Amino acid sequence: MLVLIMALGLPMAAAAVHPDEVLDDPALEARARDISKGLRCLVCRNESIDESTAELARDLRLLVRERLMAGDSDAQVRAFVADRFGEYVLLNPPARGSTLILWLAAPALLLFGVGLAVAYVRRQARAPAPAEAALSTQDKARLQKIMKG
Amino acid sequence: MITEFGHFALVLAFMVALFQMIVPMLGAVWHRPGWMAVAKPAATAQFALTACSFGALTHAFVTSDFSLRLVVNNSHTLKPILYKITGVWGNHEGSLLLWVLVLTLFGAMAAWFGTGVPPALRARVLAVHASVAAAFFAFILFTSNPFLRLAVPPFNGQGLNPLLQDPGLAVHPPFLYVGYVGLSMAFSFAVAALLQGRVDAAWGRWVRPWTLAAWIFLTIGIGLGSWWAYYELGWGGFWFWDPVENASFMPWLLATALLHSAIVVEKREALKSWTILLAILAFGFSLVGTFIVRSGVLTSVHAFASDPARGLYILGILILFVGGVLLLFALRAGAMEAKGVFAPVSRESALVVNNLLLAVSALVVFIGTIWPLIAEMIFDRTLSVGPPFFNTTFIPFVIGLALVLPLGAMLPWKRGHIRALRPLLGAGVLAVAATLLTWAVFTGHSALGPIAIGLAVWLVAGAAVDLWARTGRGAPARRRLGRLARLPRADWGKAVAHVGFGLTMFGIAALTTYETQDIRIARPGEPYQVGAYNITLLGVGQVQGPNYTSAMATIQVTDQGRGPEVLRPERRVYPVAGMPTTEAAIDNGFTRDIYIVLGDPQDDGGWVVRTYIKPFANWIWGGALIMALGGGLSLSDRRYRVAAGAAGARRRAPNGGVNGGVPAE
Repeated sequence: MLVLIMALGLPMAAAAVHPDEVLDDPALEARARDISKGLRCLVCRNESIDESTAELARDLRLLVRERLMAGDSDAQVRAFVADRFGEYVLLNPPARGSTLILWLAAPALLLFGVGLAVAYVRRQARAPAPAEAALSTQDKARLQKIMKG
Repeated sequence: MITEFGHFALVLAFMVALFQMIVPMLGAVWHRPGWMAVAKPAATAQFALTACSFGALTHAFVTSDFSLRLVVNNSHTLKPILYKITGVWGNHEGSLLLWVLVLTLFGAMAAWFGTGVPPALRARVLAVHASVAAAFFAFILFTSNPFLRLAVPPFNGQGLNPLLQDPGLAVHPPFLYVGYVGLSMAFSFAVAALLQGRVDAAWGRWVRPWTLAAWIFLTIGIGLGSWWAYYELGWGGFWFWDPVENASFMPWLLATALLHSAIVVEKREALKSWTILLAILAFGFSLVGTFIVRSGVLTSVHAFASDPARGLYILGILILFVGGVLLLFALRAGAMEAKGVFAPVSRESALVVNNLLLAVSALVVFIGTIWPLIAEMIFDRTLSVGPPFFNTTFIPFVIGLALVLPLGAMLPWKRGHIRALRPLLGAGVLAVAATLLTWAVFTGHSALGPIAIGLAVWLVAGAAVDLWARTGRGAPARRRLGRLARLPRADWGKAVAHVGFGLTMFGIAALTTYETQDIRIARPGEPYQVGAYNITLLGVGQVQGPNYTSAMATIQVTDQGRGPEVLRPERRVYPVAGMPTTEAAIDNGFTRDIYIVLGDPQDDGGWVVRTYIKPFANWIWGGALIMALGGGLSLSDRRYRVAAGAAGARRRAPNGGVNGGVPAE
């Protein structure tokens, strides 16, 4: 966190959306906020345009609202912004191409883990219960050997 | 002169570490008690020398010795004394010195208090520990030496970022470091056990206090960072899924898993090789975190050192230690024969589920964190992996954990039956009721909120039911209350930590789902309504601070039926830094925070004012604190004082402590 601050420093200091940007229609405004939270502020790193005070973020926020006013769907707005600023602008990487690996990693790892765990638990349950007894007979045999030797 | 002394002490400490890495290990292999015994004074000397070195650097900061490059870059004569001291670790070189100081302290503590550990194991543990220390000593001396002088010292230093001059932030890094480095102890024990080829219940009992201590510090450290972000960054965010945050969160997840699997080793002698692997991975991820932060490969603006040589060196340490040890693990893990057998329905199985969810979630966070790097290097795509991705993939794991936790906590060891869970029925009904009620009352929000709140109720009620059930069935309530007070500390620790998890979850759910925001241009004297609160901007005045000027607003907040509250949010300008900062004003409350931020002035005399009503915000960090408290309770259990303190543990429990006197965890 310390590091986070040193780097991000002061520009992060204030919330971003200005009263003059807010749309009159609360439903549309809520959608705009939601979309803004998923778009990266390109000049400030690891801040969404909803949080950033940067000028570029403000332009992007206005652009999002403009597109919404023009009747675009949420997906269309995101696609519109991504077309102009590149995939980098999307904080939620779209699940296509190689990014599918990223999205499938969690379920795949989980399935793999569940498989391992189930196999382990079942093997455990089936294993002979008195493991100590088996060992002690071995020990006895060894003991006898030693005694004889 | 003192500086040279500190520098020399550091070099000596490096030499001692090299010695301690080799001689006790050979002693353990060749069965030479004298060679093994040398580890103890060596560990003490290593710590003492590092402490001298750290003291010398602190002295240079306190006396503002501007012939040191590090002091020039990070200090200033006018800085308050507290921040002169914390400035020692507010930079790359100094923070690494703090890192090895903690590392050597842990090594020395293992040498002093580890008298119950068999000599051969202890010698190996200390040797492995010294090898980690040696690698970091070399790293400091060769790439990040804090004791470098300047030929021509300037008159004054360049100061420290004003945002960093904050008491919460001053203690945040030491907490995290103690946490990270504490995991190195578990790592050393794991490697020593692999080398020795033996893991038993006693091993579990030695490892767990160290892991628990590390976990407590990590929990507090992460909580402090999150709290700081909340009150300082000006809009009340508390977690950003930033690579640097993830770097501390992954070891925390793995340490939590390790904590639970070490219980299984200790009680039941099962899950041995998995526990070893977790111990290796938990510390491995601490190193990965250090690599991410120090090398700056990920979103480089967050790192204070973007020197590729340093990054490469840490990558080297990482590959050498984690890679080498994983290889050792692959060769030796087969020898770790499990003794304890358990049925599919048992505490052991529940802890396997806990470990599965925690470990996989840590891996998912890891993949998400490094994916931008992989995408760019392998697939030539520049993309971002941000909070939406992490929320989508991580939250299911948390839900799974919370669902299973109270069930697993109630199941008996070895072989259980669903019947054992019957007392939880009430908690389950309560949780479902809470979900439905929240759902019905607050319509039009994300469905996740009610679910998470129901789960939080489930966790808290489940922990209470579990504690109550431990007092024995059938006895009169008064007798049971008396027994409740006498339950082992470990039982209380477990319940308290789980309640803390529930409270944090509740706070996060409430804050993220039911926050009220208001952004407007407020004119002095004109009241407006936000939620149930009446808010009036009374005026904005100019205030002169010690090293800043500030526009301070006076805002009156009235609640129905309660007297007015005055909040004073500020906009500060630090002339030296030349940048404005905002100081949010927060009215902390048990059920909500009122969080007010002052924005820009308008031409007509109004000011932009942002008001947030944040329900149950403090529960997030309160819960983290309670989790840490639970860890502390567990750590203070008599068994661990015995285990950590003396050989008595072995004398008292010759079969490894699985006997009846040990409280069920």
